[in-house]
Amino acid sequence: MSYQPSPLRLQREAARRRASRRSSLIAVLSTIVIGTALTIIVTGAPGFKAVRQSFFSWHYAKSAFPHVLSGLLINLRVLVIAGFFVLIFGLLIALARTSRSPVLYPIRLLATVYTDIFRGLPLLLVLLLVGFGLPGLGISWIPGSVVVLGTVSLILTYSAYVGEVIRAGIEAVHPAQRMAARALGLTQTQTQRYVVLPQALRKVIPALLNDLISLQKDSGLISVLGAIDAIRAAQIDTAQSFNFTPYLVAGALFVSLTIPLTRFTDWLTRRQDLARVQQGQW
Amino acid sequence: MTESMLDIINLRKSYGSELVLQDISTTLREHEVKVLIGASGSGKSTLLRAINLLEGIDDGQILLDGQDITAVGVDGDAVRAQIGSVFQAFNLFPHLDVLENITLAPRRVHGVSKADAESKALQLLERFGLADKAKKYPDLLSGGQQQRVAILRAVITKPKVLLLDEVTSALDPILIAEVLALISELKGEGMTMMIATHEMSFAKRVADQVLFLHRGKIMEAGSPEQILEAPNSVELRSFLGALRQAGRL
Repeated sequence: MSYQPSPLRLQREAARRRASRRSSLIAVLSTIVIGTALTIIVTGAPGFKAVRQSFFSWHYAKSAFPHVLSGLLINLRVLVIAGFFVLIFGLLIALARTSRSPVLYPIRLLATVYTDIFRGLPLLLVLLLVGFGLPGLGISWIPGSVVVLGTVSLILTYSAYVGEVIRAGIEAVHPAQRMAARALGLTQTQTQRYVVLPQALRKVIPALLNDLISLQKDSGLISVLGAIDAIRAAQIDTAQSFNFTPYLVAGALFVSLTIPLTRFTDWLTRRQDLARVQQGQW
Repeated sequence: MTESMLDIINLRKSYGSELVLQDISTTLREHEVKVLIGASGSGKSTLLRAINLLEGIDDGQILLDGQDITAVGVDGDAVRAQIGSVFQAFNLFPHLDVLENITLAPRRVHGVSKADAESKALQLLERFGLADKAKKYPDLLSGGQQQRVAILRAVITKPKVLLLDEVTSALDPILIAEVLALISELKGEGMTMMIATHEMSFAKRVADQVLFLHRGKIMEAGSPEQILEAPNSVELRSFLGALRQAGRL
């Protein structure tokens, strides 16, 4: 005898379908109402015409685009190089701060002081100090390039953040894992290398990607040193035309870079959450 | 009389003002299986953790195969490499598959090549009906399978002593049977073991000697029959009475 859905089930399913149709309808209506209201408020504003001309000019957008885009290549280069070093230094700082070896005490102290200072200092201040202060020392091997100095500043600041993220991951690995590894005869270092770190890094990947997105944005701040990145390029065009559209072009380019990374992070986080629910560890 | 593998002499340990182990002395001979029973907090787990040096002791000595492993300057990692430990919560490494879990210690601690370690591990898995799990991650295994993998991980390096700390406490009855069958098989092969457990029927089956711990002291020691059927002390009688009431004896 084949399965016949009971009237009870059919009734339940019909009710569920009705409810889902109803919520879609409400979502559409609400979007239309709010969208219309926003449009009326913005376009009805007394200065709307002037703003449209100085921020949304198609003409200036087209002329600024190539300059801003070539500036963005500098941002991308800075992002890749800074991201690479931030990961390495962040990892070293986290390892130093979580080590218990007495030999490493001075390094642990140093890492703690470093983290305290660079998490507290505004990035802008670090940029100004490194960008204008370091070359001022007149030491021959210190590079004069503002792009390099800007990248160094980003690395200094972000390593402190990333170090803390990785440290949190290390501390989130259950102590029983460490105990099981030591019980097998693994040394402290082997335990860290083969058991703790792989689990810690997996736990903090979404948080690290989040910091990477942030780094991508903040790479625009090196423009204060005079590096001709996307923002500086936009600024130069704006200074010539007194039209602010180039800034919007730069903004749009930055957003178009971060969106894929943001979506990827969301997807990864959701996948990890899902795996955790399936394992019953919610 | 076979050689003594583990000598525990006047062991003493306290957490702050609370004495958790006092005057513990016992000898585990080669191929012998000793079972520790006693209420939670009686010191069973602490004793096992003291033996593999995961827990420091205040006084006394532990000799492993004649060598004082509690002496100053002993390399704890080298000692633990000769002792197998299995825990209540399995503690498999979730980021490694079954084969990687089992071969980690042979490869990294004992310097066995990857190929040799894997072929040895596969042999073991094959023998205990877990060969199809070799490439699976621990979270896809049942509790009983995880615990059996954890036991194989501990015995692949042929430890001098295997310490089992309430290895079935987190499992349901059917899974418990799987794990106990594996332990019985290890006993058949002559593995020297110290087992903390609440499974009295199992204690009866595998133990050469049962030690009853109460508040950090060995109150009674004897054959399973003697301990479980003819208890001397009031403490052991009330412990067994409580087990009987809970339907566990």
